[in-house]
Amino acid sequence: MVKEIERAGLPVVHVCTVTPISLTVGANRIVPAIAIPHPLGNPSLPADEEKELRRRLVKKALHALETPVDGQKVFED
Amino acid sequence: MAKIRVIHYINQFFAQIGGEEKADYPVEFRDGEKVGPGLALSAGFGDEAEIVGTIICGDSFFNEHIDEASAQIIDILKEHKPDLFVAGPAFNAGRYGVACATICAKVQEELHIPVLTAMYVENPGVDLYKKDIYIVPTKNSAAGMKDAVKKMVPLALKLAKGEKIGASCEDNYINQGVRVNFFEDKPGAARAVDMLLKKIAGKPYTTEYPMPSFDRVDPNPPVTDLAHAKVALVTSGGIVPKGNPDHIESSNASKFGEYDITGVDDLTADTYETAHGGYDPTYANEDADRVLPVDVMREFEKEGLIGSLHNKYYATVGNGTAVASAKKFGEEIAKRLKADGVDAVILTST
Amino acid sequence: MKLELGKIFIKDIQFAPESKIEDGILYVNADELTAVAMTEEKLKSVSFDIARPGESVRITPVKDVIEPRVKVEGPGGVFPGVINKVTTVGSGKTYALKGMAVVTAGPIVGFQEGVIDMCGLGAEYTPFSKTMNLCLVAEPVDGVEKHEYEEAVRLAGLKVATKIGELARDLTPDEVETYETPDIAEGMKLYPDLPRVAYVQMLQSQGLLHDTYVYGVDAKKILPTILYPTEIMDGAIISGNCVSACDKNPTYVHENNKVVEELYKQHGKTINFVGQIITNENVYLADKERSSNQTAKLCRMLGLDAVIVSQEGFGNPDTDLIMNCKKIEAEGVKTVIITDEYAGRDGKSQSLADADPAADAVVTGGNANELVHLPKLDRVIGTLAYVNKIAGASESTLQPDGSLEVELQVITGATNETGFGTLSAR
Repeated sequence: MVKEIERAGLPVVHVCTVTPISLTVGANRIVPAIAIPHPLGNPSLPADEEKELRRRLVKKALHALETPVDGQKVFED
Repeated sequence: MAKIRVIHYINQFFAQIGGEEKADYPVEFRDGEKVGPGLALSAGFGDEAEIVGTIICGDSFFNEHIDEASAQIIDILKEHKPDLFVAGPAFNAGRYGVACATICAKVQEELHIPVLTAMYVENPGVDLYKKDIYIVPTKNSAAGMKDAVKKMVPLALKLAKGEKIGASCEDNYINQGVRVNFFEDKPGAARAVDMLLKKIAGKPYTTEYPMPSFDRVDPNPPVTDLAHAKVALVTSGGIVPKGNPDHIESSNASKFGEYDITGVDDLTADTYETAHGGYDPTYANEDADRVLPVDVMREFEKEGLIGSLHNKYYATVGNGTAVASAKKFGEEIAKRLKADGVDAVILTST
Repeated sequence: MKLELGKIFIKDIQFAPESKIEDGILYVNADELTAVAMTEEKLKSVSFDIARPGESVRITPVKDVIEPRVKVEGPGGVFPGVINKVTTVGSGKTYALKGMAVVTAGPIVGFQEGVIDMCGLGAEYTPFSKTMNLCLVAEPVDGVEKHEYEEAVRLAGLKVATKIGELARDLTPDEVETYETPDIAEGMKLYPDLPRVAYVQMLQSQGLLHDTYVYGVDAKKILPTILYPTEIMDGAIISGNCVSACDKNPTYVHENNKVVEELYKQHGKTINFVGQIITNENVYLADKERSSNQTAKLCRMLGLDAVIVSQEGFGNPDTDLIMNCKKIEAEGVKTVIITDEYAGRDGKSQSLADADPAADAVVTGGNANELVHLPKLDRVIGTLAYVNKIAGASESTLQPDGSLEVELQVITGATNETGFGTLSAR
């Protein structure tokens, strides 16, 4: 899915937990997520900290969209 | 039952007309005759099928006049109405293989009769048409004629009778790029041990699933002005309005959903849930923002970090979902996003 | 470690006032078994039914399938850490009731529960159409959490199987098979020239309702470890899974692991079967990396020449599988992996979510997306109420004539990845 969106000419960032799959299927901008059942959250944190975590992740995703890449790149910390 | 009527196609060489110097030999039909390899095929068919005529064509002639030669051949077949069309075997002869595969594909498409050819797996004819027609793998020279005929005959008869064709290894044809289920004689564990013993001993073995190679797409240039960009959310994590109004399947989804989030600042347990059957849904059902971060995107929109959050999001279930379906969803979603003037996409997966 | 496995063949199951096994017939008192199952407080009611091979019966939604066994000699009891004390099992003597199974069913817990047809096309795909099945259908008490209900049904099934196994304690088995794995030093002396082979079993551990238990511990909390393969024959591993029915391992498959069986057949002849490494399939990437690192490390520590790796489930566990394969091969240990495929209904899609050239020896259990049309059967044990919702089904699964149009995914054990069945694909 991510590849077809890219193919259509839209910059796209893939936020996912299992980055090896993302690399194999061919996403270019990849941001590692937290865990499969809650990629952008962590239920063990208090609500406000969880929100902050999500803000950081989405910011990282937006940053990836602003970053030029010349191939596949995993945006680690 | 009447015998199955077969028309056989061969080149100038196997018709013993000549070699390269006769490769421009035009299409000829020999009514009622079996020629060259046709004799061996015919013997193999026994009482079940009969070669009622042989078409001969020079390899250069066919490849240089594809349309003309094909039209002539199709006219011959229309007149003589065979139940089955067989070409070759072509072994490793490149132009002959291309001719066999091409004419088989055309005959199948235009006349809707079963067709069969045979050639060496590296013959260029294989890659051109293996997805469309049945091609029996042969050795790389005519020394493999006997073996080729032995494999072609049963498959030809099956095709002519309209019987169900099994997996490529069962019915001896080159894999069409389609996975076909069948029952092996031994359980998987015994097959695994056999394979392992061969691998340890350095003996040849055949993997049951050759690893694929993946295609790549070049990345698009980045977003230059995020503060004025319209960003859309897409997810394969199955986030849907509560009740799953589009009935997206929990596994191998056949569709995606488009959902309006105008005025939605937060996804709550009362309004959204996941339809995904591949992970523990508790956390996503409690707070779907954990998969589809609408809440923080709204905040970023208010803070001016992004221009706007697109008022529609797209969701499907990426659980055992066929790549072909995912590709189709991706294409359609991208089309709609572009039509709506979206500048960039965040796709989340579980 | 040496285990003698005595097989008692069960030809039929009948309800009777007194529970016993006589002349290969299992007689059960349903009230007695009900009382055993109802010790689970989260269950409102349970009922028992019998499904025999060839009968026009469909069992659904199937949760687990269990082979009753009893430990008659040696330390511990069956299902250690769950039913019996957490003693290390796998030695002494155990009796198994062959040709039968306890099948648990009841209202849906997760999406992913199975169908067992006792006749027709569906019966060809499930190994459990060939067993006499004592079916336990359980209803939860109102308002119970899904995972509490799952646990209650899981434990009720194991308790009932244990109770039935006990009936065999004083019988004489029809057949005895002996399995023996020497300790590592002894094995090297015994078979100095044979290639050293182990079995790497990946256990489904993706989370609540997707769990496997090893000696009672949730497999997602383990680091990869080593077992004597006889330990699993005493029920050291049990299923707590509600993942797609076709490729999850019911407890029965753990007790009767075919890879273990096949490796034992070669043990001492063509290979030295050193042992079994178990690992998990967790949802955090770091866990996947850690577990596959440890698995590869254990392969090196054991001085192995080759391993068979079996997967459980599909999707992101494909990554665990590929990581294991790649890292083990990188240690110079040859691998054969067993998986199954999700190639789409037309068979034209990518079969696995992950891939690597190191995986050059693959055995497949077939394409789980293949669509099959299962005829209407006369009797349903359990309920068809959820059949459109289980993984591999769609809203149009239940046809007006009562037949089912489903993917193989819904059929319990259809594409099993421990090589339990003969289905494959090319």
